[in-house]
Amino acid sequence: MRKPALVAAALLLAPGLAGAADLLIRGARVHTAATAGTLENADVLVQDGLIAAVGSNLAVPAGATVVEANGRPVTPGLFGGVSQVGLEEVHQEDETYDAELKLTAPAWQHMWRPEFDVTPAFNARSIVLPVMRVEGVTWSVLSPLAAESLVIGQGSAVTLDGRFDAALEGSRSLFVNWGSAAHDASGGSRAAQYMLFDQAIREVREPGTSGPAALLLPEGRAALKAYLAGGRVVFYVERASDIREVVRYARSHGMKPVIAGGAEAWVVARELADAGVPVILDPLENLPDDFDRLGARFGNAKILHEAGVRVAFSQTDSFHLRKNRQLAGNAVAHGLSWEAGLAALTSVPADIFGLGARRGRIEKGQAADLVLWSGDPLEVTSVAEQVWIGGNPVPGRTRQTELLERYLERVRAGNAK
Amino acid sequence: MSPLRRLILAAAAVASAACAAQPQAPAEAPAPAARTADAAGGRAPFSSTYAPAPSPPTLIRGATVLTGTGARIDNGDVLIVGGRVQAVGNALAAPEGALVVEAAGRWVTPGLIDVHSHMGVYASPGTDASDDGNEATDPVTSQVWAEHSVWPQDPGFEAALQGGVTSMQVLPGSANLIGGRGVTIKVVPATTYQAMKFPGAPQGLKMACGENPKRVYGGDDRFPSTRMGNVAGYRQAFADAKDYMEDWKEYDAKLAKHEKDRAKVDEDAPAPQPPKRDLKLETLAEVMRGNILVHNHCYRADEMATMLDIAREFGYRIAAFHHGVESYKVADRLAAEGVCGALWADWWGFKMEAYDGIQENLALVDFPQGGCAIVHSDSEEGIQRLNQEAAKAMTRGQRAGLDIPPERAIRWVTANAAKSLGILEQTGTLEAGKMGDVVVWNGTPFSVYALADLVFVDGVLLYDRAHPAPKPRSDFQL
Repeated sequence: MRKPALVAAALLLAPGLAGAADLLIRGARVHTAATAGTLENADVLVQDGLIAAVGSNLAVPAGATVVEANGRPVTPGLFGGVSQVGLEEVHQEDETYDAELKLTAPAWQHMWRPEFDVTPAFNARSIVLPVMRVEGVTWSVLSPLAAESLVIGQGSAVTLDGRFDAALEGSRSLFVNWGSAAHDASGGSRAAQYMLFDQAIREVREPGTSGPAALLLPEGRAALKAYLAGGRVVFYVERASDIREVVRYARSHGMKPVIAGGAEAWVVARELADAGVPVILDPLENLPDDFDRLGARFGNAKILHEAGVRVAFSQTDSFHLRKNRQLAGNAVAHGLSWEAGLAALTSVPADIFGLGARRGRIEKGQAADLVLWSGDPLEVTSVAEQVWIGGNPVPGRTRQTELLERYLERVRAGNAK
Repeated sequence: MSPLRRLILAAAAVASAACAAQPQAPAEAPAPAARTADAAGGRAPFSSTYAPAPSPPTLIRGATVLTGTGARIDNGDVLIVGGRVQAVGNALAAPEGALVVEAAGRWVTPGLIDVHSHMGVYASPGTDASDDGNEATDPVTSQVWAEHSVWPQDPGFEAALQGGVTSMQVLPGSANLIGGRGVTIKVVPATTYQAMKFPGAPQGLKMACGENPKRVYGGDDRFPSTRMGNVAGYRQAFADAKDYMEDWKEYDAKLAKHEKDRAKVDEDAPAPQPPKRDLKLETLAEVMRGNILVHNHCYRADEMATMLDIAREFGYRIAAFHHGVESYKVADRLAAEGVCGALWADWWGFKMEAYDGIQENLALVDFPQGGCAIVHSDSEEGIQRLNQEAAKAMTRGQRAGLDIPPERAIRWVTANAAKSLGILEQTGTLEAGKMGDVVVWNGTPFSVYALADLVFVDGVLLYDRAHPAPKPRSDFQL
């Protein structure tokens, strides 16, 4: 059942609609991102915010809104990547930035706070959200960030529909820097990352053994404990040797690792496939930005996918979530199959974050997060023509469309001075 | 006449050709730098040593050709002879011994040009040792030249070439009010930056408005810490350079008198002492003489208007506002003043001065008569896909109801960029006599699936996607 807050959000989003009306999108090229693949001239029926049916010549329920797709593509709402959207309003304005813990405590105390969870800081009324959702981005994963920590903290997936209680159940994850990303936080050597983690794990498993130099506070021990019992831990790690080592380490201690970054993941594709470890990467990354990424190459996504690794796409900028589909298009241009490119924006990230049963595919029972596109959804000359989240149409206005409206007329009149 | 003096004169000619309402560069006495070159004789220090390798005549046949002049030629041919474009049209004949590229279904454009790169100065990998892009030790460092930081082995150069980029301007960063001289290079493999330098291209001057300089210096309780401090800083620098120019003028007059008197009156009269050379002011003097083109990092519309007033006060022109996230708000003013907007397709939000970014910015700057929109990257990632960035901006313009066909939008990454760099006479369009900087794309470049199949620089095939070089060109990547 829908929670009251959700209904209120729905009303805000779609004035005049008492909750979501039934919706039939008719005659679309439906990219299901599911086993059904792409369906030509298909219909999608939405009832109570969920996908009720997908097929040909579906009957129109009484009172349903009918949208004629005329062959245009429909996809699931897109994953915006692992980001800080809603945790930062203007990146360089500190007061608007909530993704990093900077307690003025002794270093190990603020660097070892797995209990730090950014989810409650999410601002559903951020002006960034409408800008992203009108472009078909309907959800994202909030990650804390910290250059100075090994264990950064926790975050969750959120829907971007503007509701206050936006976190998606079951998606909570722990985020950890590894390799050169945590060089300073591990005493100047990545070898110490294993040493420090060993200590933290011992503090969880054998509380009271570490004395006054403990890394973790009681809340931290409790938080980390859950992740040592099969919890999802996202490691920001790039170098092949580090990926291999951290995957082995994480699994041996009961964690379920996810690789984020993974510039050199292709080198260890077979091992990742065997271990069932997914990779969240930026397929545009092809330059050796640092010594952990000397092996960066365009073929990363393709090689991983063909080896059987689940691949999702993300870049790292909250203001660029809408660029995620351009990442996918480029991966396809460099040899990834189109279906895998779409899956990397939809079903795969949903599965990685434990949401696959409800999100990321166009299938009966899934949340009706849908996008109707002007053309190929991965193409830079295509745009989202209509977006629905939970069956509710997303209004097309954003602060950016307001600015355009104001100045387009001035420019047309030769009066933009 | 020294090569540098010729270079400077040529640059001035190009610059004034591109100029509209802003002050014209008056013909002036040679700059102190040019005198030094004269005195040294031979090749001027730091001048280009780039010489393209010989190349066979090449006929690209049957393509969709976007010439960069605003024209589109279907089933078109491009003939390159002796490293130069010899003809563009339909049904051209292949000279004997010509390399013929059958390009049916493919598209051909001029080589792309990025007016804003930090390649080589912020090279990959980004190590402490190669952090060479910002001389952030003083708010005015007009004496530094980006080329002296360029590491030619930056792997990014080859990646840019594979994205169809044949020329780029490498600029100092934006920490400073006046960051130093930029350099325009050809994207060619070389051991030295001199062997990459675009022959005859004027240098740029990097200036920066707004948040960056005041944050960098104000954060340390130094000047400037405010936007009003920024403006005082630019103005004092140019005022000092004006004085410096006067000192040299005075010296020239004394010297002339001395030469005259020595012959006629007193053979033993002591020669006048020249003013002490000041590299910082020399650069700004060259800017006011019109020999160095101002490339001004500036996001906000109101700050652009301030910078235009400063340019008017000191009699220099601004070639382009870079980043210009709010350029659309003053699109008509920019067009009237002959200033280009070097812009991103969709960057916004990362700081206050980028808060009002919209995706129609390029299209709106392009719209007025004389509007000059440029897609720039400021990014080693973005430079590899300037065509896609142009495609996004074109699409947004079209959705806003503006008529922007591909043959118009391609100018944003070719001719307009060349114009702002003062190299339009040489490259940026496919017209007879221009450098053979040509890209053959696997289809329309306005697509996420577009890949450069062939990239020619001065007629030399430097990238062939079907036959990639067996090894990376950068020594670093071996």
